[in-house]
Amino acid sequence: MTALPSLILRTAVRWISPLLLLFSLFLLLRGHYEPGGGFSGGLIAATGFALLTFGYSLNTARRLLRVPPITLVAVGIGLSLATGILALITGKPFLTGLWVKVPLAGTVTLELGTPLLFDVGVYLTVIGATLTMLFEFAEE
Amino acid sequence: MGLLVTLPLLLSLAFSLTLFAVRRRRTASHVLAIIGASALLALAIALLVVVAREGLQVVALGEWPAPYGIVLVADLFSAAMVLICALVSWATIVYATAWIDPERERTGFYPLVFALLLGVNGAFLTGDLFNLYVWFEVMLMASFVLLVLGAERGQVEGGIKYVSLNLLASAFFLSATGILYGISGTLNFADLSRVLSGTDPRILDLVAVLFGIAFGIKAGVFPLFFWLPASYHTPPVPVSALFAGLLTKVGVYALVRVFTLLFVHNPGWTHTLLLGCAALTMLTGVFGALAQHDVRRILSFHIVSQIGYMIFGLALLTPLGLASSVFYLIHHIVVKTNLFLIGGLIERAFGTGSLDRLGGIFRERAWLGLLFLIPAFSLAGIPPLSGFTAKLLVIRAGLATHSYLATAIAVVVGLFTLLSMLKIWNEAFWKAPPEGGHADTASVQYNARLILPTIVLAAVTLYLGIAGEMLLGLSMKAAEQLLDPAGYRAAVLGTVNPVVIAGG
Repeated sequence: MTALPSLILRTAVRWISPLLLLFSLFLLLRGHYEPGGGFSGGLIAATGFALLTFGYSLNTARRLLRVPPITLVAVGIGLSLATGILALITGKPFLTGLWVKVPLAGTVTLELGTPLLFDVGVYLTVIGATLTMLFEFAEE
Repeated sequence: MGLLVTLPLLLSLAFSLTLFAVRRRRTASHVLAIIGASALLALAIALLVVVAREGLQVVALGEWPAPYGIVLVADLFSAAMVLICALVSWATIVYATAWIDPERERTGFYPLVFALLLGVNGAFLTGDLFNLYVWFEVMLMASFVLLVLGAERGQVEGGIKYVSLNLLASAFFLSATGILYGISGTLNFADLSRVLSGTDPRILDLVAVLFGIAFGIKAGVFPLFFWLPASYHTPPVPVSALFAGLLTKVGVYALVRVFTLLFVHNPGWTHTLLLGCAALTMLTGVFGALAQHDVRRILSFHIVSQIGYMIFGLALLTPLGLASSVFYLIHHIVVKTNLFLIGGLIERAFGTGSLDRLGGIFRERAWLGLLFLIPAFSLAGIPPLSGFTAKLLVIRAGLATHSYLATAIAVVVGLFTLLSMLKIWNEAFWKAPPEGGHADTASVQYNARLILPTIVLAAVTLYLGIAGEMLLGLSMKAAEQLLDPAGYRAAVLGTVNPVVIAGG
């Protein structure tokens, strides 16, 4: 596919793509208690790479992603599966959320839980699946 | 024992991922795929034993209780389906390791097969309607890629018909699910069955027909079956065999589930409709097969006609009727997969599945003929094979409810099935080889992994016929459970602990 010869798009993409990636991480974390989450975050992140594909080239997008997108899908599903199995190991049903409390300074404690890990798995899977399709089409 | 219900899904997914990671290494893929299939088989046996001993098994995933969370439920019917599917997928995977070309293996044949099994097992074990939809989609995606993997011309053509009709079915399924959720505010099977008894039956009639269409397309019921014979003969033989054994049966399973648990408000309308469809499905399938001249195409049309028998039992909604459906499903999955695998052996040695260009196989390879006769006669319903008991049950159930016309059709279709099997026998095995036909076929040697699965499946068919008592008992008990929605509700909703919910 030939990149669109638009200077405006290229210049904009340089700024917008990193912002989108940051925003996708924000959505991923926000999704824990409020609207957002791995799925929407993953889609936004994939948009960032999609803009790179159109503004620059397929190769640029592939190079910046570093790994083949299909690998991201496998790693993402694997991560979510492993998170669910953690609960099985502790004798609870599959996918039960597990929590640890890490005491920080003073009365502040940090609660870490497996639902976030599961969401990261979803995030990676969505990025991978979307980009697999996009790259496939962009090649034609 | 909740672990046993979850594990078939986890193992399928884990093996799918592992096989994806090693997809470029052939030997490792073969070994892992066979290990995975064997593990699933062992697990399925354990699950059935536990369900038979201890009754329904329910797991609330993530400790969110039903009807709010997602539950997995294994009753006798679903556990038996998981087991029989594990058996035929084991056979097909062993067969596939000696059949599939390296190119297809590199592009992910085995990961896709296990993804398909994930969808199939999920559909059998899920306890709510929306997840049934999700598992159907998982199955559809995996099966579509398997169907067109390798991208030969015929494959893509069959694949397009397959996927467009199945997407239509998904659209019906999703809209029906939406309407049902709008009416009842829940999608958990047990909760739905509780709520729906107080709903306006006229709306339920409509929703029931929508579900009937959705699952009818998936199951290949008249008049929605034409995608099936258009696509099943195009992919490599193991893929055909797997599809023939599993895919339409998941549609039948879903029909049985919703028309015993949810839509029993007005059997005079819904189940009479099913009965009509069943009779026409039997007829069109068998007549379609008579017009065909290719082994796999004939077999594909017979899938359609046999689906009719299973729906017939369901439509009667009696204990004997449902038992005959369960028995028929189990018998049919084994027999049909085996027939496709044996058809593949013929294609491999003689280079074609077309009856016009085959002949004299019995003279060259008598054992192949005998191997073919077992599932073929079982399909046609010759005693003492499993198909005889299955057909006898269906006919007795039909007579007991005075559905004489449909029963007569079932008998006649049985005769035509025999005719059709004899056609394959005469043309491929018995008649003189055609002029200038296969000369150097004697040199083709079969790998043991091609033959072993067909022998195992034939032995199972023989066993289910001679020792049918056991399967009959199982089918009767499964039918009893299916006709007892109250027991299902108690098992699933009994897990709700009000204190937990109040405490948040």
